Amino acid sequence: MRQIFAILWKDLQLEMKTKESFLSMLTFGLLILVLFNFAFDLTPEMKRLITPGLLWITFLFSGILGLNRSFSLEKENMAIHGLLLAPVDRGLVFFGKFGSNLIILLVTELLTLPFFLLFLNMPLFEHFWWVLGIIVLGTIGFVSLGTLFSAMATSTKLREVMLPLLLFPVSTPILLAGVACLRQILSGEPFTTYRQWFSLLVVFDIIFVVVPSLIFEYAIEE
Amino acid sequence: MNSKYEDVFYRDNLATKLLGYLVLFAMFVSFLLIAWYAPVERTMGLVQKIFYYHVPSAWNAFLAFGVVFVASILYLTSKDRKWDILAYSSVEIGVIFSLIVLITGPIWARPIWGVWWSWEPRLTTTLILFLIYVAYLLLRYFSGESNQTANFSAILGIIGFLVVPLVYTSINWWSPEAQVHPQRVGLGPHMLVAFFVSLFTFTLLYVYLLIRRVQMAYAKTAVDDLREQQSE
Repeated sequence: MRQIFAILWKDLQLEMKTKESFLSMLTFGLLILVLFNFAFDLTPEMKRLITPGLLWITFLFSGILGLNRSFSLEKENMAIHGLLLAPVDRGLVFFGKFGSNLIILLVTELLTLPFFLLFLNMPLFEHFWWVLGIIVLGTIGFVSLGTLFSAMATSTKLREVMLPLLLFPVSTPILLAGVACLRQILSGEPFTTYRQWFSLLVVFDIIFVVVPSLIFEYAIEE
Repeated sequence: MNSKYEDVFYRDNLATKLLGYLVLFAMFVSFLLIAWYAPVERTMGLVQKIFYYHVPSAWNAFLAFGVVFVASILYLTSKDRKWDILAYSSVEIGVIFSLIVLITGPIWARPIWGVWWSWEPRLTTTLILFLIYVAYLLLRYFSGESNQTANFSAILGIIGFLVVPLVYTSINWWSPEAQVHPQRVGLGPHMLVAFFVSLFTFTLLYVYLLIRRVQMAYAKTAVDDLREQQSE
Protein backbone atom coordinates (compact mmCIF):
# COMPACT_ATOMS: atom_id res chain seq x y z
CA MET A 1 0.00 0.00 0.00
CA ARG A 2 2.81 2.39 0.86
CA GLN A 3 4.49 1.78 -2.51
CA ILE A 4 1.27 2.52 -4.39
CA PHE A 5 0.89 5.72 -2.43
CA ALA A 6 4.49 6.77 -3.11
CA ILE A 7 4.02 6.58 -6.89
CA LEU A 8 0.62 8.19 -6.69
CA TRP A 9 1.94 11.02 -4.54
CA LYS A 10 4.94 11.62 -6.82
CA ASP A 11 2.63 12.01 -9.83
CA LEU A 12 0.20 14.25 -8.00
CA GLN A 13 2.98 16.48 -6.66
CA LEU A 14 4.38 16.82 -10.15
CA GLU A 15 0.94 17.66 -11.45
CA MET A 16 0.29 20.20 -8.69
CA LYS A 17 3.54 21.97 -9.52
CA THR A 18 3.19 22.04 -13.31
CA LYS A 19 -0.58 21.63 -13.78
CA GLU A 20 0.25 20.47 -17.31
CA SER A 21 -2.27 17.66 -17.72
CA PHE A 22 -4.93 19.32 -15.70
CA LEU A 23 -4.94 22.67 -17.48
CA SER A 24 -4.67 21.18 -20.95
CA MET A 25 -7.49 18.73 -20.28
CA LEU A 26 -9.73 21.39 -18.84
CA THR A 27 -9.17 23.77 -21.74
CA PHE A 28 -9.63 20.98 -24.24
CA GLY A 29 -12.90 19.93 -22.61
CA LEU A 30 -14.16 23.48 -22.74
CA LEU A 31 -13.20 23.71 -26.42
CA ILE A 32 -15.10 20.53 -27.29
CA LEU A 33 -18.14 21.92 -25.55
CA VAL A 34 -17.99 25.15 -27.52
CA LEU A 35 -17.34 23.38 -30.82
CA PHE A 36 -20.28 21.04 -30.31
CA ASN A 37 -22.50 23.96 -29.56
CA PHE A 38 -21.57 25.56 -32.89
CA ALA A 39 -21.66 22.31 -34.83
CA PHE A 40 -25.21 21.44 -33.84
CA ASP A 41 -26.82 24.83 -33.19
CA LEU A 42 -28.70 23.40 -30.23
CA THR A 43 -32.30 24.01 -29.30
CA PRO A 44 -33.25 23.44 -25.62
CA GLU A 45 -34.86 20.11 -26.52
CA MET A 46 -31.75 18.94 -28.35
CA LYS A 47 -29.56 20.05 -25.46
CA ARG A 48 -31.47 17.74 -23.18
CA LEU A 49 -31.02 14.87 -25.61
CA ILE A 50 -27.33 15.22 -26.28
CA THR A 51 -26.00 16.32 -22.88
CA PRO A 52 -25.28 12.81 -21.51
CA GLY A 53 -23.43 11.84 -24.70
CA LEU A 54 -21.59 15.13 -24.95
CA LEU A 55 -20.50 14.82 -21.34
CA TRP A 56 -18.91 11.44 -21.94
CA ILE A 57 -17.36 12.39 -25.27
CA THR A 58 -15.76 15.40 -23.56
CA PHE A 59 -14.44 13.25 -20.72
CA LEU A 60 -13.08 10.52 -22.97
CA PHE A 61 -11.39 12.95 -25.35
CA SER A 62 -9.80 15.07 -22.66
CA GLY A 63 -8.94 11.90 -20.74
CA ILE A 64 -6.80 10.81 -23.70
CA LEU A 65 -4.69 13.94 -23.29
CA GLY A 66 -3.92 13.26 -19.65
CA LEU A 67 -3.30 9.54 -20.15
CA ASN A 68 -0.84 10.24 -22.94
CA ARG A 69 1.14 12.49 -20.60
CA SER A 70 1.21 9.83 -17.92
CA PHE A 71 3.88 7.65 -19.50
CA SER A 72 5.57 10.04 -21.90
CA LEU A 73 6.49 11.86 -18.71
CA GLU A 74 8.21 8.71 -17.44
CA LYS A 75 9.98 8.22 -20.77
CA GLU A 76 11.51 11.70 -20.60
CA ASN A 77 14.88 11.49 -18.89
CA MET A 78 14.37 7.72 -18.65
CA ALA A 79 12.52 8.07 -15.37
CA ILE A 80 10.77 4.82 -16.23
CA HIS A 81 13.98 2.91 -15.48
CA GLY A 82 13.88 4.18 -11.93
CA LEU A 83 10.32 2.96 -11.65
CA LEU A 84 11.23 -0.44 -13.08
CA LEU A 85 14.27 -0.84 -10.85
CA ALA A 86 12.25 -0.17 -7.74
CA PRO A 87 11.97 -3.41 -5.77
CA VAL A 88 8.18 -3.52 -5.86
CA ASP A 89 5.66 -5.69 -7.60
CA ARG A 90 4.75 -4.28 -11.04
CA GLY A 91 1.09 -4.60 -10.12
CA LEU A 92 1.66 -1.98 -7.42
CA VAL A 93 3.30 0.32 -9.96
CA PHE A 94 0.15 -0.09 -12.02
CA PHE A 95 -2.11 0.87 -9.13
CA GLY A 96 0.07 3.89 -8.38
CA LYS A 97 -0.13 5.20 -11.93
CA PHE A 98 -3.80 4.25 -12.18
CA GLY A 99 -4.56 6.12 -8.96
CA SER A 100 -2.86 9.32 -10.00
CA ASN A 101 -4.42 9.26 -13.47
CA LEU A 102 -7.82 8.63 -11.94
CA ILE A 103 -7.55 11.51 -9.47
CA ILE A 104 -6.32 13.97 -12.09
CA LEU A 105 -9.05 13.05 -14.57
CA LEU A 106 -11.78 13.09 -11.91
CA VAL A 107 -10.77 16.54 -10.68
CA THR A 108 -10.79 17.79 -14.27
CA GLU A 109 -14.22 16.28 -14.86
CA LEU A 110 -15.60 17.86 -11.71
CA LEU A 111 -14.36 21.25 -12.85
CA THR A 112 -15.80 20.73 -16.34
CA LEU A 113 -19.28 20.02 -14.96
CA PRO A 114 -20.11 23.66 -14.09
CA PHE A 115 -19.57 24.56 -17.75
CA PHE A 116 -22.23 22.05 -18.73
CA LEU A 117 -24.53 23.77 -16.31
CA LEU A 118 -23.57 27.13 -17.72
CA PHE A 119 -23.68 26.39 -21.45
CA LEU A 120 -26.29 23.66 -21.69
CA ASN A 121 -28.46 24.63 -18.76
CA MET A 122 -28.62 21.10 -17.44
CA PRO A 123 -29.98 20.08 -14.03
CA LEU A 124 -26.72 18.33 -13.19
CA PHE A 125 -26.69 19.45 -9.60
CA GLU A 126 -30.20 18.38 -8.70
CA HIS A 127 -29.09 14.77 -8.81
CA PHE A 128 -25.48 15.57 -8.09
CA TRP A 129 -24.50 12.45 -6.14
CA TRP A 130 -25.97 10.09 -8.69
CA VAL A 131 -24.32 11.94 -11.56
CA LEU A 132 -21.04 11.90 -9.69
CA GLY A 133 -21.34 8.19 -8.94
CA ILE A 134 -21.86 7.30 -12.60
CA ILE A 135 -19.00 9.53 -13.70
CA VAL A 136 -16.65 7.93 -11.16
CA LEU A 137 -17.66 4.40 -12.20
CA GLY A 138 -17.20 5.09 -15.89
CA THR A 139 -13.91 6.87 -15.35
CA ILE A 140 -12.46 3.99 -13.30
CA GLY A 141 -12.75 1.48 -16.16
CA PHE A 142 -11.63 3.98 -18.76
CA VAL A 143 -8.57 5.11 -16.82
CA SER A 144 -7.58 1.57 -15.87
CA LEU A 145 -7.48 0.41 -19.49
CA GLY A 146 -6.03 3.78 -20.44
CA THR A 147 -3.13 3.40 -18.02
CA LEU A 148 -2.30 -0.02 -19.46
CA PHE A 149 -2.55 1.15 -23.08
CA SER A 150 -0.71 4.39 -22.37
CA ALA A 151 2.29 2.41 -21.15
CA MET A 152 2.20 0.49 -24.43
CA ALA A 153 1.45 3.39 -26.77
CA THR A 154 4.36 5.54 -25.61
CA SER A 155 6.78 2.77 -26.63
CA THR A 156 5.52 2.61 -30.20
CA LYS A 157 6.64 4.72 -33.12
CA LEU A 158 3.28 6.48 -33.31
CA ARG A 159 3.20 7.32 -29.60
CA GLU A 160 0.31 9.71 -28.88
CA VAL A 161 -1.63 8.68 -31.97
CA MET A 162 -1.77 5.05 -30.89
CA LEU A 163 -3.58 5.53 -27.56
CA PRO A 164 -7.03 6.55 -28.85
CA LEU A 165 -6.89 3.86 -31.53
CA LEU A 166 -6.38 1.25 -28.83
CA LEU A 167 -8.56 2.71 -26.13
CA PHE A 168 -11.73 3.95 -27.85
CA PRO A 169 -13.02 0.69 -29.37
CA VAL A 170 -12.71 -1.21 -26.08
CA SER A 171 -14.35 1.68 -24.21
CA THR A 172 -17.65 1.34 -26.11
CA PRO A 173 -19.45 -0.40 -23.22
CA ILE A 174 -18.47 2.45 -20.86
CA LEU A 175 -19.73 5.06 -23.27
CA LEU A 176 -23.05 3.28 -23.87
CA ALA A 177 -23.65 2.47 -20.20
CA GLY A 178 -22.50 5.88 -18.97
CA VAL A 179 -24.71 7.72 -21.42
CA ALA A 180 -27.73 5.52 -20.70
CA CYS A 181 -27.39 6.01 -16.91
CA LEU A 182 -26.96 9.78 -17.14
CA ARG A 183 -29.91 10.12 -19.51
CA GLN A 184 -32.22 8.39 -17.02
CA ILE A 185 -30.85 10.36 -14.07
CA LEU A 186 -31.20 13.71 -15.81
CA SER A 187 -34.81 13.01 -16.76
CA GLY A 188 -35.49 12.15 -13.13
CA GLU A 189 -36.17 8.45 -13.66
CA PRO A 190 -35.77 6.05 -10.68
CA PHE A 191 -32.74 3.76 -10.26
CA THR A 192 -34.63 0.65 -11.42
CA THR A 193 -34.83 2.00 -14.98
CA TYR A 194 -31.08 1.95 -15.39
CA ARG A 195 -30.05 -0.71 -12.89
CA GLN A 196 -28.81 -3.10 -15.61
CA TRP A 197 -26.61 -0.37 -17.12
CA PHE A 198 -25.27 0.41 -13.69
CA SER A 199 -24.33 -3.22 -13.08
CA LEU A 200 -22.69 -3.37 -16.52
CA LEU A 201 -20.45 -0.48 -15.47
CA VAL A 202 -19.57 -2.26 -12.23
CA VAL A 203 -18.77 -5.53 -14.02
CA PHE A 204 -16.67 -3.69 -16.58
CA ASP A 205 -14.75 -1.91 -13.81
CA ILE A 206 -14.06 -5.12 -11.92
CA ILE A 207 -12.79 -7.02 -14.99
CA PHE A 208 -10.75 -4.16 -16.35
CA VAL A 209 -9.10 -3.17 -13.12
CA VAL A 210 -8.13 -6.74 -12.24
CA VAL A 211 -6.89 -7.89 -15.67
CA PRO A 212 -4.68 -4.85 -16.44
CA SER A 213 -3.12 -4.98 -12.98
CA LEU A 214 -2.14 -8.60 -13.67
CA ILE A 215 -0.68 -8.07 -17.15
CA PHE A 216 0.74 -4.60 -16.64
CA GLU A 217 4.24 -5.98 -16.05
CA TYR A 218 4.39 -7.13 -19.67
CA ALA A 219 3.49 -3.63 -20.86
CA ILE A 220 6.52 -2.00 -19.28
CA GLU A 221 9.02 -4.85 -19.60
CA GLU A 222 11.79 -4.15 -22.12
CA MET B 1 20.41 -20.07 -35.56
CA ASN B 2 17.51 -21.70 -33.86
CA SER B 3 17.07 -25.22 -35.18
CA LYS B 4 13.35 -24.91 -34.67
CA TYR B 5 12.97 -22.92 -37.87
CA GLU B 6 14.64 -25.73 -39.79
CA ASP B 7 11.92 -28.08 -38.68
CA VAL B 8 10.14 -29.49 -41.68
CA PHE B 9 6.77 -28.88 -40.04
CA TYR B 10 7.20 -25.15 -40.37
CA ARG B 11 8.01 -25.36 -44.05
CA ASP B 12 5.97 -25.92 -47.11
CA ASN B 13 5.26 -29.63 -47.24
CA LEU B 14 3.11 -32.18 -49.01
CA ALA B 15 0.48 -32.32 -46.27
CA THR B 16 -0.13 -28.57 -46.50
CA LYS B 17 -0.35 -28.77 -50.29
CA LEU B 18 -2.89 -31.58 -50.05
CA LEU B 19 -4.89 -29.60 -47.50
CA GLY B 20 -4.93 -26.70 -49.97
CA TYR B 21 -6.37 -28.91 -52.71
CA LEU B 22 -8.88 -30.33 -50.27
CA VAL B 23 -10.07 -26.79 -49.40
CA LEU B 24 -10.33 -25.97 -53.10
CA PHE B 25 -12.39 -29.11 -53.71
CA ALA B 26 -14.62 -28.49 -50.67
CA MET B 27 -15.19 -24.89 -51.81
CA PHE B 28 -16.31 -26.18 -55.20
CA VAL B 29 -18.65 -28.75 -53.65
CA SER B 30 -20.17 -26.28 -51.21
CA PHE B 31 -20.69 -23.81 -54.03
CA LEU B 32 -22.61 -26.44 -55.99
CA LEU B 33 -24.67 -27.29 -52.90
CA ILE B 34 -25.45 -23.64 -52.19
CA ALA B 35 -26.29 -22.82 -55.78
CA TRP B 36 -28.40 -25.85 -56.75
CA TYR B 37 -28.98 -28.27 -53.91
CA ALA B 38 -30.33 -25.79 -51.37
CA PRO B 39 -33.73 -24.42 -52.43
CA VAL B 40 -34.42 -20.70 -52.86
CA GLU B 41 -35.87 -19.28 -49.66
CA ARG B 42 -39.59 -18.53 -49.98
CA THR B 43 -39.81 -15.00 -48.55
CA MET B 44 -36.30 -13.61 -48.99
CA GLY B 45 -35.58 -15.12 -52.36
CA LEU B 46 -32.19 -15.52 -53.92
CA VAL B 47 -30.41 -13.02 -51.64
CA GLN B 48 -30.80 -15.41 -48.71
CA LYS B 49 -28.01 -17.51 -50.27
CA ILE B 50 -25.47 -15.00 -48.97
CA PHE B 51 -26.24 -16.48 -45.57
CA TYR B 52 -24.13 -19.56 -46.47
CA TYR B 53 -21.06 -17.35 -46.72
CA HIS B 54 -21.97 -14.67 -44.17
CA VAL B 55 -22.46 -16.93 -41.15
CA PRO B 56 -19.39 -19.17 -41.73
CA SER B 57 -17.28 -16.00 -42.13
CA ALA B 58 -18.58 -14.70 -38.80
CA TRP B 59 -17.79 -18.08 -37.26
CA ASN B 60 -14.27 -17.94 -38.67
CA ALA B 61 -13.71 -14.42 -37.37
CA PHE B 62 -14.72 -15.40 -33.84
CA LEU B 63 -12.75 -18.63 -34.08
CA ALA B 64 -9.68 -16.67 -35.21
CA PHE B 65 -9.97 -14.13 -32.37
CA GLY B 66 -10.52 -16.97 -29.91
CA VAL B 67 -7.28 -18.55 -31.13
CA VAL B 68 -5.59 -15.16 -30.69
CA PHE B 69 -6.84 -14.99 -27.11
CA VAL B 70 -5.52 -18.44 -26.19
CA ALA B 71 -2.22 -17.98 -28.05
CA SER B 72 -1.74 -14.59 -26.35
CA ILE B 73 -2.13 -16.07 -22.89
CA LEU B 74 0.24 -18.90 -23.81
CA TYR B 75 2.77 -16.39 -25.12
CA LEU B 76 2.75 -14.30 -21.94
CA THR B 77 3.11 -17.36 -19.73
CA SER B 78 5.76 -19.18 -21.80
CA LYS B 79 7.46 -16.34 -23.75
CA ASP B 80 7.79 -18.76 -26.63
CA ARG B 81 7.86 -16.87 -29.94
CA LYS B 82 5.80 -19.51 -31.69
CA TRP B 83 2.67 -18.42 -29.78
CA ASP B 84 3.23 -14.84 -30.80
CA ILE B 85 3.54 -15.87 -34.44
CA LEU B 86 0.38 -17.94 -34.17
CA ALA B 87 -1.50 -15.05 -32.53
CA TYR B 88 -0.76 -12.38 -35.09
CA SER B 89 -1.19 -14.74 -38.02
CA SER B 90 -4.64 -15.48 -36.68
CA VAL B 91 -5.43 -11.78 -36.22
CA GLU B 92 -4.73 -11.09 -39.89
CA ILE B 93 -7.09 -13.85 -40.97
CA GLY B 94 -9.74 -12.83 -38.43
CA VAL B 95 -9.69 -9.25 -39.68
CA ILE B 96 -10.20 -10.43 -43.27
CA PHE B 97 -13.16 -12.62 -42.29
CA SER B 98 -14.78 -9.91 -40.18
CA LEU B 99 -14.41 -7.62 -43.19
CA ILE B 100 -16.24 -10.23 -45.28
CA VAL B 101 -18.98 -10.29 -42.62
CA LEU B 102 -19.23 -6.51 -42.71
CA ILE B 103 -19.48 -6.52 -46.51
CA THR B 104 -21.87 -9.43 -47.00
CA GLY B 105 -24.12 -8.22 -44.15
CA PRO B 106 -25.17 -4.96 -45.83
CA ILE B 107 -25.55 -6.66 -49.24
CA TRP B 108 -28.13 -8.92 -47.63
CA ALA B 109 -29.61 -6.17 -45.45
CA ARG B 110 -30.35 -3.74 -48.27
CA PRO B 111 -33.20 -5.75 -49.86
CA ILE B 112 -34.36 -7.36 -46.58
CA TRP B 113 -34.18 -4.52 -44.03
CA GLY B 114 -34.40 -1.73 -46.60
CA VAL B 115 -31.17 -0.13 -45.38
CA TRP B 116 -27.51 -0.94 -45.89
CA TRP B 117 -26.56 -0.56 -42.29
CA SER B 118 -28.49 -0.96 -39.10
CA TRP B 119 -26.89 -0.36 -35.71
CA GLU B 120 -27.81 -3.84 -34.80
CA PRO B 121 -26.06 -5.79 -31.98
CA ARG B 122 -24.30 -8.49 -33.97
CA LEU B 123 -23.32 -6.30 -36.87
CA THR B 124 -22.12 -3.50 -34.58
CA THR B 125 -20.22 -5.91 -32.35
CA THR B 126 -18.44 -7.25 -35.43
CA LEU B 127 -17.58 -3.69 -36.44
CA ILE B 128 -16.11 -2.90 -33.00
CA LEU B 129 -14.21 -6.18 -33.04
CA PHE B 130 -12.88 -5.33 -36.49
CA LEU B 131 -11.68 -1.93 -35.20
CA ILE B 132 -9.99 -3.47 -32.15
CA TYR B 133 -8.00 -5.91 -34.26
CA VAL B 134 -7.18 -3.32 -36.91
CA ALA B 135 -5.64 -1.35 -34.02
CA TYR B 136 -3.75 -4.56 -33.13
CA LEU B 137 -2.31 -4.72 -36.65
CA LEU B 138 -1.43 -1.01 -36.57
CA LEU B 139 0.33 -1.46 -33.24
CA ARG B 140 2.26 -4.35 -34.72
CA TYR B 141 3.06 -2.43 -37.89
CA PHE B 142 4.28 0.68 -36.11
CA SER B 143 6.46 -0.89 -33.47
CA GLY B 144 8.72 -3.28 -35.38
CA GLU B 145 9.79 -6.78 -34.41
CA SER B 146 10.76 -7.05 -30.78
CA ASN B 147 9.83 -8.86 -27.61
CA GLN B 148 8.09 -5.72 -26.49
CA THR B 149 5.88 -5.71 -29.56
CA ALA B 150 5.00 -9.34 -28.92
CA ASN B 151 4.07 -8.44 -25.32
CA PHE B 152 1.90 -5.53 -26.43
CA SER B 153 0.13 -7.65 -29.02
CA ALA B 154 -0.57 -10.36 -26.49
CA ILE B 155 -2.04 -7.83 -24.06
CA LEU B 156 -4.31 -6.47 -26.77
CA GLY B 157 -5.24 -10.00 -27.85
CA ILE B 158 -6.40 -10.75 -24.32
CA ILE B 159 -8.22 -7.47 -23.59
CA GLY B 160 -9.82 -7.39 -27.04
CA PHE B 161 -11.42 -10.78 -26.57
CA LEU B 162 -12.49 -10.20 -22.96
CA VAL B 163 -14.36 -7.07 -23.95
CA VAL B 164 -16.52 -8.84 -26.57
CA PRO B 165 -19.34 -10.04 -24.27
CA LEU B 166 -19.57 -6.59 -22.69
CA VAL B 167 -19.66 -4.87 -26.07
CA TYR B 168 -22.36 -7.24 -27.29
CA THR B 169 -24.47 -6.86 -24.13
CA SER B 170 -24.23 -3.09 -24.13
CA ILE B 171 -25.16 -2.72 -27.80
CA ASN B 172 -27.99 -5.19 -27.35
CA TRP B 173 -29.47 -3.10 -24.53
CA TRP B 174 -28.73 0.11 -26.31
CA SER B 175 -30.96 -0.67 -29.28
CA PRO B 176 -33.11 -3.71 -28.52
CA GLU B 177 -35.58 -2.71 -31.24
CA ALA B 178 -32.78 -2.94 -33.77
CA GLN B 179 -32.41 -6.65 -33.10
CA VAL B 180 -33.35 -7.55 -36.64
CA HIS B 181 -31.12 -10.54 -37.17
CA PRO B 182 -33.21 -13.62 -37.78
CA GLN B 183 -33.43 -15.08 -34.28
CA ARG B 184 -34.30 -18.58 -35.28
CA VAL B 185 -33.36 -19.49 -38.77
CA GLY B 186 -35.86 -22.04 -40.00
CA LEU B 187 -33.74 -24.04 -42.39
CA GLY B 188 -35.06 -26.93 -44.37
CA PRO B 189 -33.02 -30.18 -44.40
CA HIS B 190 -31.44 -29.36 -47.78
CA MET B 191 -30.48 -25.91 -46.57
CA LEU B 192 -28.97 -27.40 -43.42
CA VAL B 193 -26.77 -29.72 -45.45
CA ALA B 194 -25.53 -26.85 -47.62
CA PHE B 195 -24.95 -24.71 -44.53
CA PHE B 196 -22.94 -27.27 -42.60
CA VAL B 197 -20.85 -28.20 -45.61
CA SER B 198 -20.11 -24.50 -46.08
CA LEU B 199 -19.31 -24.08 -42.37
CA PHE B 200 -16.95 -27.05 -42.52
CA THR B 201 -15.30 -25.70 -45.67
CA PHE B 202 -14.76 -22.28 -44.15
CA THR B 203 -13.28 -23.77 -40.98
CA LEU B 204 -10.94 -25.81 -43.14
CA LEU B 205 -10.06 -22.67 -45.09
CA TYR B 206 -9.21 -20.92 -41.81
CA VAL B 207 -6.93 -23.77 -40.75
CA TYR B 208 -5.23 -23.79 -44.15
CA LEU B 209 -4.69 -20.02 -44.20
CA LEU B 210 -3.39 -20.11 -40.65
CA ILE B 211 -0.84 -22.83 -41.45
CA ARG B 212 0.28 -20.96 -44.56
CA ARG B 213 0.60 -17.67 -42.68
CA VAL B 214 2.58 -19.30 -39.88
CA GLN B 215 4.90 -20.95 -42.39
CA MET B 216 5.43 -17.56 -44.01
CA ALA B 217 6.26 -16.00 -40.65
CA TYR B 218 8.80 -18.74 -39.94
CA ALA B 219 10.37 -18.30 -43.36
CA LYS B 220 10.66 -14.59 -42.64
CA THR B 221 12.25 -15.23 -39.24
CA ALA B 222 14.73 -17.61 -40.86
CA VAL B 223 15.66 -15.00 -43.47
CA ASP B 224 16.04 -12.32 -40.78
CA ASP B 225 18.29 -14.63 -38.77
CA LEU B 226 20.45 -15.34 -41.84
CA ARG B 227 20.77 -11.64 -42.59
CA GLU B 228 21.79 -10.96 -39.01
CA GLN B 229 24.41 -13.71 -39.20
CA GLN B 230 25.85 -12.20 -42.34
CA SER B 231 26.11 -8.73 -40.93
CA GLU B 232 27.97 -9.96 -37.88
